[in-house]
Amino acid sequence: MAMTDVAHDAVDYVRPAEVAEEELYHPKTWLGKYVFSQDAKIIALQYSMTAMAVGLIALVLSVLMRLQLGFPNVFSFITPDAYIQFVTMHGMIMVIYLLTALFLGGFGNYLIPLMVGARDMVFPYVNMISYWVYLFAVLLLLASFFVPGGPTGAGWTLYPPQTILPGTPGADWGILLMLVSLGFFVIGFTMGGLNYVVTVLQARTRGMTLMRMPLTVWAIFTATVLALFAFPALLVSAVMMTLDSVLGTSFFMPAIVSMGQTLDHSGGSPVLFQHLFWFFGHPEVYIVALPAFGIISELISVHARKNIFGYRLMVWAIVVIGGLSFVVWAHHMYVSGMNPYFGFFFATTTLIIAVPTAIKVYNWVLTLWRGNIRLTVPMLFAIGFVFTFINGGLTGIFLGNVIVDVPLSDTYFVVAHFHMVMAVSPVLAVFGAVYHWYPKITGRMLNESLGKFHFWVTFVGLYCIYYPMHYLGILGVPRRYYANGVTDFIPESAQTMNAAISIAAIIVASTQLVFLYNLAVSSTRGKPAGDNPWGATTLEWQTATTPPTHGNFGKELPLVYRWAYDYSVPGAKEDFIPQNVPASGDTGDAR
Amino acid sequence: MSLRQQLSIKPWVAQRGIAVDASGFVGSTPRVTLWVFLCVASVLFGLFIAAYFIRMAYADWQPVPVPALLWLNTVILIGSSMALQWAAVSSRREQSDGIRFGLYLGGGCALVFLVGQWLAWQQLSGLGYFIDSNPSNAFFYTLTALHGLHLLGGLVAWVRALVRVRQGVEMTRLRMTLELCAIYWHFLLLVWLVLFGLLLVS
Repeated sequence: MAMTDVAHDAVDYVRPAEVAEEELYHPKTWLGKYVFSQDAKIIALQYSMTAMAVGLIALVLSVLMRLQLGFPNVFSFITPDAYIQFVTMHGMIMVIYLLTALFLGGFGNYLIPLMVGARDMVFPYVNMISYWVYLFAVLLLLASFFVPGGPTGAGWTLYPPQTILPGTPGADWGILLMLVSLGFFVIGFTMGGLNYVVTVLQARTRGMTLMRMPLTVWAIFTATVLALFAFPALLVSAVMMTLDSVLGTSFFMPAIVSMGQTLDHSGGSPVLFQHLFWFFGHPEVYIVALPAFGIISELISVHARKNIFGYRLMVWAIVVIGGLSFVVWAHHMYVSGMNPYFGFFFATTTLIIAVPTAIKVYNWVLTLWRGNIRLTVPMLFAIGFVFTFINGGLTGIFLGNVIVDVPLSDTYFVVAHFHMVMAVSPVLAVFGAVYHWYPKITGRMLNESLGKFHFWVTFVGLYCIYYPMHYLGILGVPRRYYANGVTDFIPESAQTMNAAISIAAIIVASTQLVFLYNLAVSSTRGKPAGDNPWGATTLEWQTATTPPTHGNFGKELPLVYRWAYDYSVPGAKEDFIPQNVPASGDTGDAR
Repeated sequence: MSLRQQLSIKPWVAQRGIAVDASGFVGSTPRVTLWVFLCVASVLFGLFIAAYFIRMAYADWQPVPVPALLWLNTVILIGSSMALQWAAVSSRREQSDGIRFGLYLGGGCALVFLVGQWLAWQQLSGLGYFIDSNPSNAFFYTLTALHGLHLLGGLVAWVRALVRVRQGVEMTRLRMTLELCAIYWHFLLLVWLVLFGLLLVS
């Protein structure tokens, strides 16, 4: 074709990922292919499986917490110390070792090269090392369950000074393992993150301009940039805390009397730690949320057979949310005390974030509007995500205001808010994404009946869990407490509600076994999927083989002629036109 | 197309029959990667420096006396950076003598710098300024250690460049390696100058 020749002539260097298929590193042994693999797709599966395994542990921890809260004094092995250890490990694992690793290490690795039309990441070897460093970090973290004193019980925010004081569970070994593990996680992530960013910048196939990229790629790209700039703050605070703990410096530790003894520390600033931690911690929310946004945009467009509404605005919203996420961190610290003007500034920036976020929600809804909606399992999860994200987002507007946050900050209202917005919503996106891309990964469909069962129990169940928590919070039931005991302001019925929440939590948690069963069984017995079961336009569905082999696209890389959302184009033969189909010729592009 | 033009395109309007060139960003992949990495490293050091300023405002802060040796170390690091620049320039002019000279001198100076930093630590701890005796000491040891680690990482790249030179790798590939080394070293120098300035003003 003449026009392709023009494009070829315009480029005078070889694109990094445009290496010929046979130039890739092809290992001969089983070990090299499936264990020490440099193929981004295998690395993605390694990341995902490790993350899901460690996430399962965190899920069990949450069930144990619910058992204690719902039925206090029944389970004698859940001591107060054990309870706060569960809280800490549940939070840290879910946020960092599950969600961050799964979205960026898992979906990032699998989808970026395929969606931008590259053979692999630009530095496959570094990519492989990234996974092994992550695994090492996970093992270090899990090792803390087996050291004297157990894992740290400092709360997932690890606020000093209590984090390293005797009396906090795990103050000797648990906290050190946690800090070192976080350090390794950051190093491993940085290796992977450089890969994702540079692959998107440098390794797109011909014709894949920035504004033709699927929103999933935009979202994962932006989230990775956020992570690259936010994780150093976690590293800095982990290093300084380790020095405080091991070498007796006073970065964060004030002069303090602990159990009758004056400690050597003096003059350090616990609030300094909070600033560093939340400078990482708030972008972290969007590191988890942005990939979910991208994935949901994809799912809604594909399963409603309609182009995404307001593509450019969606891209800009992702970028603006990413930028704003770096200037809102102190809204986590209203109760630490601050200059009122400082609080005013952060309340304002926090509320401003609602604008681009609302734009995204409107655009999802407008994409559904008069679409040819197919209520497939991925679509159910996508719609569930939009619902849940709106709910969690609205309570975020409450809590963004200083005067509302201060009384609610230490109650279950906050637990309900952040679980809705950054725990449950992203997990719904993960499930939707798994049901959507599983056919590409394995070549087989997941069982749809089991999938619908999984969706409805999870979706309804999580509302049974988190809606009541808002009421508990407004009643003033404090979070982090092992048991509430008898108080004047908490009525008997609060305990009944807690028991009901726990039962719902146990049901939802055990339903996840159905999902795992579905994953395992469908990989060999599922209905064969073919190359493009959903009729999607993006490049990962246009590979020569399913599942794609190492090198992704066989002999020739695809050329891209159109954006990622040509669904139901008037006059076209089918209701989708893949990105690599030229505009002219007999494809019937009427515009 | 410029980046601005690329981003203002309406992708849903079909551009008939054009597989538009995707190279939105100029520059080779290793160079882009290095710059992204240097951004990450800048954030890391920047956060330490922010913490330094915040902690400095507290009452118990007593500045570390700056060992005179640090001035010498600074000169050596400047020399190291200049030598690597020399190597990079020589590779552009295809002068293999200059490459070797610059590379050996640059790496040698960097090693001397590390030894010098270690001696400065010895001097300070000899005077009783230990890491846990004052926050300013803690910052001094932490930041110099971090900078030293950063330099060690650079030396790994330096060894790889050296191996390539000795293997007689073709000049075009060598040029990129040396250029990246030089950029990395200038960044190291810049970070050190900022850190050193920080010590002097506090």
